[in-house]
Formats: sequence, C-alpha cells, structure tokens
Amino acid sequence: MFRYLVRRLLQMVLTFFGATFIVYALTFANADDPIQALVGERPVSENVRRALTERYHLDDPFLVQYWYYVKGLLTGDLGRSLTGRKISEMMAQAWPVTIKLALIAIVISATVALIAGVVSGIRRGSIFDNVTLVLTLIVLALPIVVLAPLAQLVFGIQLGWFPPTAGRNPSVYALLLPAFVLGSLVVATQLRVTRASVAENLRADYVRTARAKGLARRRVIGVHVLRNSLIPVITLIGVDIGALMSGAIVTEGVFNIPGVGFNLLRGIRTEDGPLVVGFVSVLVIVFLVVNLIVDLLYAALDPRIRYE
Amino acid sequence: MPARSLWKMAASGAAVVLVAAGCSSDGTEDTETLPNSVVIGIAEPQHLIPSNTTETNGSQVLTSLFYPLVKFDAKNEPVEVAADSITSPDNKVWTVKLKDGFTFSNGEPVIADNYIDAWNYGAYGPNGQGASYFFERIDGYADLQSKDPDGDGPEKAPAPKSKTLRGLKKVDARTFTITLSAPFAGWKSVIGYTAFYPLPKAAFSAPGVIKEGFEEAIIGNGPFKLKGKWEHDSQIQVEKVADFKGAVPKVDAITWKIYQDTQAEYADLVTGNLDVQTQIPIESLGKASSDLGDRFQKSPNSAFAFVGFPTFQKEFAKPEVRRALSMAINRQEMTDQIFQGSQSPATSFVSPVVAGFRPDSCGANCEYNPVKAKQQYVAAGGPSSIEITYNADGGHKAWVDAMCNQIKSSLGVNCTGSAEPKFADMLTKVEKKQPVGLIRLGWIMDYPLMENYLGPLYSTNGSSNYYGYSNPAFDSLVAEGSAAKTNAEAIKKWQQAEDILVQDMPVLPLRFGQNVFGFSEKVDNVTVDLFQRVDIYKIEVATF
Repeated sequence: MFRYLVRRLLQMVLTFFGATFIVYALTFANADDPIQALVGERPVSENVRRALTERYHLDDPFLVQYWYYVKGLLTGDLGRSLTGRKISEMMAQAWPVTIKLALIAIVISATVALIAGVVSGIRRGSIFDNVTLVLTLIVLALPIVVLAPLAQLVFGIQLGWFPPTAGRNPSVYALLLPAFVLGSLVVATQLRVTRASVAENLRADYVRTARAKGLARRRVIGVHVLRNSLIPVITLIGVDIGALMSGAIVTEGVFNIPGVGFNLLRGIRTEDGPLVVGFVSVLVIVFLVVNLIVDLLYAALDPRIRYE
Repeated sequence: MPARSLWKMAASGAAVVLVAAGCSSDGTEDTETLPNSVVIGIAEPQHLIPSNTTETNGSQVLTSLFYPLVKFDAKNEPVEVAADSITSPDNKVWTVKLKDGFTFSNGEPVIADNYIDAWNYGAYGPNGQGASYFFERIDGYADLQSKDPDGDGPEKAPAPKSKTLRGLKKVDARTFTITLSAPFAGWKSVIGYTAFYPLPKAAFSAPGVIKEGFEEAIIGNGPFKLKGKWEHDSQIQVEKVADFKGAVPKVDAITWKIYQDTQAEYADLVTGNLDVQTQIPIESLGKASSDLGDRFQKSPNSAFAFVGFPTFQKEFAKPEVRRALSMAINRQEMTDQIFQGSQSPATSFVSPVVAGFRPDSCGANCEYNPVKAKQQYVAAGGPSSIEITYNADGGHKAWVDAMCNQIKSSLGVNCTGSAEPKFADMLTKVEKKQPVGLIRLGWIMDYPLMENYLGPLYSTNGSSNYYGYSNPAFDSLVAEGSAAKTNAEAIKKWQQAEDILVQDMPVLPLRFGQNVFGFSEKVDNVTVDLFQRVDIYKIEVATF
C-alpha cells in the first residue's frame, strides 16, 4: 500500500507539470494581445503597453515565459494577474466559497442519486422507477446555461424562496439554490449508475447465497448489494468534481459568487494568462488528489481490490 | 472492513461538509444594518489609483472618495469645487488656488504638492498609468516618456530624461501653476477628469513611488472614506467623513456591490437586494418597465456608436459613396427595434451632451432616403458588395445584420456582417490595412468638449482614427478651436470643422447612448450622469 502511494505521488508530480505546461502553451497560443483584451475597446497607450510587457515578459519567447512561471511556482510565488493583483491572494479568496458550493452540491446530488437510485434499482419497472427515469432524462437534456438563469428567475425572483445571488460570504441557505443547479449537472448520471449497479448486483450469486442463508432483506440490500454497488458510483462522484468545476464557471457567474469559476471566466475573457494558469494548476492538483482518494477508497470498499 | 465503518465514514464525511459549510455562515453581508445607506451595483474596478483609472467602475467609486477641482453644471460648463479659482490670462499658464480647510480622510491638509506629486506620478511613462495621456498637454510631458530603442524588446527602454513635469510649479502651500505646451481654452474642463485627483503624502513610500497596498486602502479628499479595505469581487464600502468641508451627500454610507454579470445584478435589483443599477442589460429591457414601473428610467450619456469607412481603400475613397451608404440606412428603425429605444439615432458627429452640439448637423446625408441613396450610389460607382466587420464579443451581431439588410434593400448590393473574435483582432487587421470593409466602432468622452470627439476620432493623428481619415483643413480648424481665447470662439471653429465632416462622411454616425437605469423602492433622487455614474450627492434614502 505504501509503495503504491509513493508511486502515485511521483506520477502526480509528472502529471502536474505536464498539465500546466499544456495549459500554459494553450493560453499562450490563444492570447493574441492580452493587454488590449484587458483594456477592452480603448486604445492602449504606448507607456502602459511597455510597462505591462516588461512586467510579464510578454515579449520573451514562450519557453522563457514558462520558465519564469515555473520558477515562481517552485518558490511559492504564483505571480500577479494582469490587473496587478496577487494570484495567491485571489485564490485564497476564491477557493473557500467554491469548495463550500461544490461540497453542498455533492452532498445534495449524492443523497438524491443514492436514495432514488437504490429504490429504482430494487423496484425496476415500477411507477417510481419510470418517473425518475423520465426526470433524469429531462435534467440531462437541460444545459446548465439554461437551468441556472431559469432557477434564479423562478425560485429567486418570482417565488422569492431563495436570495437570487449569493456573494462573497454566503450563508448555506444562500448557496442552496446554486448548489441544486450545480448538483443537477451530475445527479442524473449518478442516479442511473446507482440504479444499474444495484439492479445488476441483485442478480449476483452472493446475493442469492445471502438470501438462501435466510438473511433479513434489509441486511442483504444494505450490506451485500449496496456496498458493492457503491464502487462505480464513488468513482463517478470523484470524476464529477471536474464536471462541477466546469459547471461552476456558469453557476458562479449567474449567482454572482466570486469563486474559482468566476475568476477563470474573467481570466479567459481578458486573456489573463497568469490568472488562468494559476487557477487551472490548482484545479489539476484537486483532480489528482481526488482521484487518489477514490482509488484508495476502492480498497476499503472491495476486499478483492488490494494494492501492492 | 465491516459494514458499520462504511456508515461511520459517510457520517464523518457529512460532518466535515457541514462544518465546512457552516463555519462562515454568520459572515453574511451586513449592508442592511447601516441606516441611511445605499447599495449601488458596479463591476470589479481595474484600479483605484486616479491616474490609472480609465473605466467607469473605478471612476464611479472614486467619485465618492475624492473631491474634484471642478465639476460640471447642468450645461456641462466646469465649476470650481475643490479649487477656489482656476484662472489663466492666455489659456497657456493656468493658476489653481485651492480652497482652505480641506483635508484627506487621514487628516492631512490638501495642499498644492498633493496635486503636483500625483500628476507627476501619473505622467511618468515607466509607471504605466492608463490615464497618463491626459497630462500630454502639460509642458515637459515628452521628457517623462522614453522610447524603446529597437521598437519591440529585447533591449530595454532607457529611463526618461525627467521624473517631474516642467509645467507644474508650486507657488505657495495652496497655489500652483500649470503651464501647457500650447494654449488650450478647454483646459478647465479637462481637469475635471478622474486622473486629476490629488494623492496624500501617505500614498508615497518614496518620491514618485506609490506604497505597496495603498490602492487597497486608498485615501482621498472626498466626502466619503473607505470602510475597511477594497474587498475584491465582492464590495467596496465607504462611509461619510465627519465634518467634510465641501458639498455633503445625503446618505451616510454607500456600498459599491460588485457584479461580474449584469443579469445577476438585475436579479438583485428586482428583489430589492440592490438599490441602483446604472445599466440594465439589454436582455432584461423588455420586462424592466413592468418589473420596476417608474423606477426604470433613461438619461443621456456620452456614448456615440458609428461605423468607420476604410478611406484608404479605393472603393470607399469617394465621399459620394459614403454619403449614399449613410442615406441607405434607417437609424430610427434600428434603435427602435433592436435597442428597444435604449439608444437614440445619431445624426451628428459629436454627442448631444457637449456644448456646441447641433441636432441634425449631418443634414440630408443622415436622412433615410433609399431612392436618392441608390441613384447616388450607382452614379458614384460604389462597390457591389459591402462587408461590415465587428467584434463578436460585444453583442453587435443583431444590429450589424439589420443594417446589412437595410443596405441590401435600399441599394440592391450584397452586404455581409463579418465577426472578428475580439476588438483587438479587428484592430490588427485594420492596422495592417487588410480589406475588412466597414468597421464598427464606438466612443465615450473623457471630458465634455466637442474637441474630445473631433480630435481623437477624425483628426489625422487621432488616437482612435482607425479608418485613416485625413483632411488638413479639418485638422487646422480643430487646432484653431483648441487655441481659441474663449469657449464660444472655440465652439465656432469646432462647428466649422464638423461641417467638413458632413461633406466628407469619414464615418456613418449611428446611435447616441443613453443610461438605462433602475433603482429600488428604498432610494430616491437617483440620477446617472454622462459618464454612466450615479450622482452620489443627490441620491437619498426614500422616506415613506
């Protein structure tokens, strides 16, 4: 187990540098004139252009720029965005609110998906099963760019059940609506995977054995079926963190939550290379760590899987 | 692992979530608790140092933190505010006397040095201040700039010859003189701009170096001071300065609430979480009057939208072709149907908000007359297909397509709108003189003078003259106006210059902007000025 962990950590370092390099290269290839993008449609005066170019080494070749960036990264300096703010400070402000939003979204979606998925899986073909399947189809068909403003309009403005925007330090209550919207991105697939997995495991040999032994139905389903059905679902939830982050770009914009997605969107709009790469680097770390945790959880869930 | 521990894991996971989620739930915004305060929506300012603030949001916040030398009255004439008097015998050397008793919010008295230091900082090239070109007219500006020896890196530009402007001289503690490199009658209007605010001694850590972190907790000479710090992407709170010597606003505190998305801002306005939104998004215009009733209002602003002709291209070199195209489009229909009346049709080359504006100065050339347009167009041999280039990220597709349809039906020529991803891409092509056809452009003034439209947009070396229009007679009339003794004389010259534009038609005037704003039931007397800023001296909390 320990050797596995070390190997994975080493792989993570490689992946991290590979990913940031690609992101940096893509941002670099995409940015035709970040200084012009920053000021919008006004002409940029010569001295501003010169000062910014010098500060961000914009006239150096790509590899030199990347080298400056990595050097900063290794010394714990994420640099400054093109507007002059420290990226580390921006992150310190952006991450807590995004983490909060993502956690609530995961809790909501996982709870709904697991409960409804298990019930559907057990009672396949019932009215409940059919209704949930139709509902998941609708949710799957609704893109978040439609769902988020719609939810804001209906529940935030017209019914007034939730505040329409959340802000920097939102209460859990203010985050519920955006979290529901965000969770809807992943709930349908989670539910369907749970349902299929439960349905399949119900036919498994060990379940028949357990039933034959005369175990209580609750125990059969709760321990034997559910535990084995969770493996694909947990993998999925791990991967979903990525989906949630990309969904956050829209959701945080609509609900005015100054989190990671909000900053990424701005960075992309203003071709702010340092900002985009900084945030993406941390996202890469999040992905890697979550995937590691997911892999380790496998072992806990299924005794047949053991890492050497 | 026994099954029980699985549930334990889940339970402890849920607990972590709840703790993480709950730990700061008491930190909700406490804006409503302040009595007699208002919440006004803005977007994140790029900067708050006056000489680096060129966009509306930053300058809006600065209106509350700083007190200008001059403000503009109902006729857009400059009136002394922080200055006691601003005089000049020859429009070249200007003497500014400051009023007595004014202080910065940290207690420092406001003295002449505060202006001189701040302006020198703003004008010094290597500081890279966005508004530094405002100091161009002051004598010695060129010495504060340096040229890159080989055009574009790798060699570094040498340090400029001087660190301070030759044209700024201190006379006594509260008097200083500004010497311009050439006489300019409109100078008093120029110094009403954001870039000309003073900075306290506390702003500098060394002469000419602004202290790290000063921008986050900026100190001004205005009626409000920052409460705490600039909370990026969230809000900027300001509260009243006790016994402020100048005009005193009616509210005790303002929260500048920051939004990235104007639709989110609108949602907060409708539900009463926000008091003022200065620009209602075009998507919400349709329902704004039913949502807000008479709290949905319009007022003029200085925006001017137009389409430039690439005058360097052979097809568009003839003024007759340009005039015909201008007559081929129906401006009224475009503003009514696409902008739902949120903008008004433009039939002049300067905005109605500046002194000297004449309605319909463009005359018959800007009137919709498809029959005459077609005759003229055919006679002048206009091109058989027209292309209009615009930037796709600015929401211009709808009206460009509409304009193309009008051109097609009036002139019977083909017309296509072609989108460039960003404004910068379009500019690059224009600068390389690639054939992009007509180009979509816009302008918002910096100070209320006709010259601020004529100079940058149409003169040969104008900073925003992307279409290469050049007419020496026009240039000299604009310059003569700038050098005139009085404003009235200046306006006469500038109007003559505008008449040349009517003949030459280097651009198609299309629309004048309007502020389309809304406010909540909580506030009253909301006015939005020509720069799209809320007047913080007039706004008040409504009494029931």
